[in-house]
Amino acid sequence: MKIKNSRADVVFLSVIYFIILVILIITLYPLLYALSASFSDPMAIVDGSISVYPVGFNLTSYKVVLTNPDIVSGYLNAILYTVLGTLINLVMTTLGAYPLSRNDFMGRNVLTIFFSITMFFSGGMVPTYLVYRKLGLYNNLWVMILPGAVSVWNMILMRTYFQNSIPKELSEAASIDGCSETGALLKIILPLSKPILAVLVMYYGVGHWNAYFNAMIYLNDRWRFPLQLIIREILLKDNMTGMSGMDSGVTVGQMLLSEGIKYAVIVVASVPMLILYPFLQKYFAKGVIVGAIKG
Amino acid sequence: MATQSSPLVQTQKTHSVKKRIPARMKKNWELYLMILPVVAYFVLFQYLPMYGVQIAFKDFLAVKGIWGSPWIGLKHFMRFFRSYQFPVLIRNTIGISVYEILVGFPFPIILALIINEMRNGRFKNITQTATYAPHFLSVVVLCGMVVESLSATGIVNSVVQSFGGTPVYFMTEPSWFKTIYVFSGIWQNSGYDSIIYIAALAGIDVQLYEAAVVDGASKFKRLIHITLPGIVPTATIMFILKMGRIMSVGFTKVFLLQNDLNLSSSEVISTYVYKKGLLGSEFSFASAVDLFNAVINLVLLVTVNKISKKVGETSLW
Repeated sequence: MKIKNSRADVVFLSVIYFIILVILIITLYPLLYALSASFSDPMAIVDGSISVYPVGFNLTSYKVVLTNPDIVSGYLNAILYTVLGTLINLVMTTLGAYPLSRNDFMGRNVLTIFFSITMFFSGGMVPTYLVYRKLGLYNNLWVMILPGAVSVWNMILMRTYFQNSIPKELSEAASIDGCSETGALLKIILPLSKPILAVLVMYYGVGHWNAYFNAMIYLNDRWRFPLQLIIREILLKDNMTGMSGMDSGVTVGQMLLSEGIKYAVIVVASVPMLILYPFLQKYFAKGVIVGAIKG
Repeated sequence: MATQSSPLVQTQKTHSVKKRIPARMKKNWELYLMILPVVAYFVLFQYLPMYGVQIAFKDFLAVKGIWGSPWIGLKHFMRFFRSYQFPVLIRNTIGISVYEILVGFPFPIILALIINEMRNGRFKNITQTATYAPHFLSVVVLCGMVVESLSATGIVNSVVQSFGGTPVYFMTEPSWFKTIYVFSGIWQNSGYDSIIYIAALAGIDVQLYEAAVVDGASKFKRLIHITLPGIVPTATIMFILKMGRIMSVGFTKVFLLQNDLNLSSSEVISTYVYKKGLLGSEFSFASAVDLFNAVINLVLLVTVNKISKKVGETSLW
């Protein structure tokens, strides 16, 4: 039904849209500023003359960043850890979620409790570290992939999806037709589960891409470092000597350059996720909701 | 999370338990094979570290391992309680959490309410997409941006100076730490956290609004009397969850924003555990501190949940 807005409602709506505008500016301005600064003359960053658009457009910062061997190897490592890690996440989460979604799977209540306990208890930082070292994960690329192989929360999310969105008759029919469980899962269930798979790719993928803690405490070799660890050095440790190719003594020019590099690094590290998520957004909003309803 | 077996399964159980159970397990052998690697993962990567918690009560010696190290009782706990850092750590940890909850909690709700009032359409979608965006920045990038924009030559200080103020050294001034931590979090996560409230708002019965319109209630009145009460249950659950985590300030962001000069207000339990345990190799002592923290967390979660069960009808379990 359509009812004409009264005057009070018009005022109300104006206030709402004004607030939205303010929120959008506050949210987007820092991102826009970082983007503009990365394309600007580093001098403009320091003297504060950038407001919205790049000032003294140049690509020096990007040239330095994209030819830096640490950043390149960090980028490639991050891609490897993200792709491999997410793939294993999807396989493991499905392997856990599918049996748990089946009414005739005996022991599923016990297993659900067994898994869920880990949401409330954990070994804590130090025992975990000692155990992982014992398992041979120290300075091993698998430490970036295995420790978070399944998230209980995501597994329950997927189980709920299987239960609510895929008709039971499908897997029953498949088993009558002589299809194995694995066959039914691969050929019938998973092709119908694209929305939940998209949500999981999003959750796990972002997690891998942005992770740095395990890399920081377990990885020793520089060539294994993921991007986040490299950019932490650049952004937060002020260790720019390696970057601008100097041995000691910081000149003004190099200090300026480092300012530009910081913003270029921010952009380079964030672009993959910021481009990816709007495409998956319609799915993950759904995912949050499914999880909220049947946690 | 409670799952119930179907009535069919239950009658089968009562009929012939002994025969049926192995038969059904045999029929579903593939499912057991499927879940085996998942169980193995949880045993290796979650339960094994839990078993390692015992070193909090031991004097861990690397040569003797977790099991072989000698028991020591509560020595490490007592040392922590008596240390001069104890009150500082507790104050900082709780201080940051309480600040975050009191100031940060309403933001996603307000955002959801506002977005909910917008007309459906492209602009609404764009607004939502835009407000989620900061959530996808890594914590390293976020902290880098914070440090950069708050530096002496950063954009915040150039604005301060253009209004005639003197530059503020935000990052090295302990009194600013909590504010920086909380507001950068609000900037990053309010949009994303509002999703759950927007979902709750979408679930409110449309008939309520229609009836209110017929009765001549303005948009504002509808917001106050229908929309707001409609998200109270969701807000309560979220509040419980947050209260339960009051002692578990996340390690990563605090650690990245920390520096030697703001340490007096930025050292929290998790960063202390990291420094003592992993950097200082005081494995047992750090485990004890961590365990103490975990126990408090669990007690808090259970208590808050009980209170909310008594006061309102909403609870986690």
